[in-house]
Amino acid sequence: MSNWVEVCATDEIDEEDVIRFDHAGRTFAVYRSPDDEFFATDGLCTHEKIHLAEGLVMDDIIECPKHNGRFSYKTGEAKGAPVCVNLKTYPVKIEGGSVFISVA
Amino acid sequence: MSHIVIIGAGECGARAAFALRERNFDGQITLVGAEEHLPYERPPLSKEALLNGLEPKLVSDAARYADAGIEVLTGHSVEGIDPAGKTARLSDGQILAYDRLLLTTGARPRPFPGLSGPNHRIRTLRTHSDAVAIRAGLQPGAHLAIIGGGFIGLELAATARKLGAKVTLVEGLPRILSRGVPAELSAVIAARHKAEGVEILCGVTIQELSEGPDHARILTEDGRTIAADMIVVGIGAVPNVELARDAGLVIDNGIAVDAHLRTSDPDIFAAGDCCSFPLPHYGGRRVRLEAWRNAQDQGTLAAANLLGAEETVSAVPWFWSDQYDLTLQIAGIADGATQAVWRHVAEGTFILFHLDIDGRLIAASGIGPGNAVARDIRLAEMMIAARVRPDPVALAAPGTKLKTLLAA
Repeated sequence: MSNWVEVCATDEIDEEDVIRFDHAGRTFAVYRSPDDEFFATDGLCTHEKIHLAEGLVMDDIIECPKHNGRFSYKTGEAKGAPVCVNLKTYPVKIEGGSVFISVA
Repeated sequence: MSHIVIIGAGECGARAAFALRERNFDGQITLVGAEEHLPYERPPLSKEALLNGLEPKLVSDAARYADAGIEVLTGHSVEGIDPAGKTARLSDGQILAYDRLLLTTGARPRPFPGLSGPNHRIRTLRTHSDAVAIRAGLQPGAHLAIIGGGFIGLELAATARKLGAKVTLVEGLPRILSRGVPAELSAVIAARHKAEGVEILCGVTIQELSEGPDHARILTEDGRTIAADMIVVGIGAVPNVELARDAGLVIDNGIAVDAHLRTSDPDIFAAGDCCSFPLPHYGGRRVRLEAWRNAQDQGTLAAANLLGAEETVSAVPWFWSDQYDLTLQIAGIADGATQAVWRHVAEGTFILFHLDIDGRLIAASGIGPGNAVARDIRLAEMMIAARVRPDPVALAAPGTKLKTLLAA
């Protein structure tokens, strides 16, 4: 069952950028890709639980700010050392100029 | 090629072993390490591991080595290498024949001059067992004296304060972190340590360290005595070059390698803390880096070149240090900079950009709480690699997104 939660207005995330979104005791990272699509993943790196939203978005990659672990934010796939555990991803929809993620 | 032997089971050696498999090498891989543990991460040893953990944080668990078909011989030191016969001789008499050899022997703490061991109250910090021994001496109220105001000493000071120890840090030079960290950043760090109750003594030359049953003692050149329950010496590291030197390889502030990480023997490569290499972006000057990311990058690169890829070292040096909630990050090497541009990020958070005489960005040093400077330092690193000449006014303006300067 999906549980859609409003994150922010679409224009609150720059293209090729990421923001942190905290909801119900959990933390997420919400991305806007260079080709203007939105994505969401767990907010913490699977290596040392660092907030990924402080990292750098390059194309479809989010790089952890601490040790440069890389993931595809579109698929959650870990892209090599030091990260070896994939990132969970969440469905995203845009409605009425707002970004929603499904956190169920 | 059927057998690649890697001597030195730290971050670099482990990374190289996995990278060989990622490149589809299907021969035999043997990773030999002197310590009893599987390869573990050393950065936490002065931080979280000292606070919380009694078990090392492994780079990978045993199952992943097994799955990848990497044989790890822990608790084995290598006695010698025969480059003509292409063999390595282990401490238990075992002879390993290799087709290609990678040396990731790392570095060891620089010993305090004139000090002979073993000492129980005078220690260094490099291994997990060092951290366990230091932790045992850090009861609340214990007095820890640290020799050396570098990253290790300062991180240890921060952790020891969290554990309730009294800390005195003695630095021979006029300021802490004088090697590679701008004075503006070391001033922030020094002020924070003082606010946390660390006594920092700079410009103090030490004549002698000694230990007795109850105390360790520092005798300074100007006649002062500092007594402590434990002294930790953090005055740098020396590369482990003995095996390479005895095998006749060229040594030059570390095992000398070319831009492909190849030693003077075409079948032997070296990577990480143990080697010196020509640094790109900085005129190819020969450097040796003691850094976690360098160990990873070079392990990965060495694996490619062991398999014949001929890739060239291209990474910009990158370092970080965590002390209390502060993180310092440095990309590049600021030696030779003629201009520093200050960028205010937030209260207590700033970045210094270092430009050379042509206006090229050659280094960036930032400090702030948490990961406040991380993204901008990462972008600076990319700008350094791209050899851009950013507009200093734009660099200084907090409103400028650094991403927009990447193409400058």
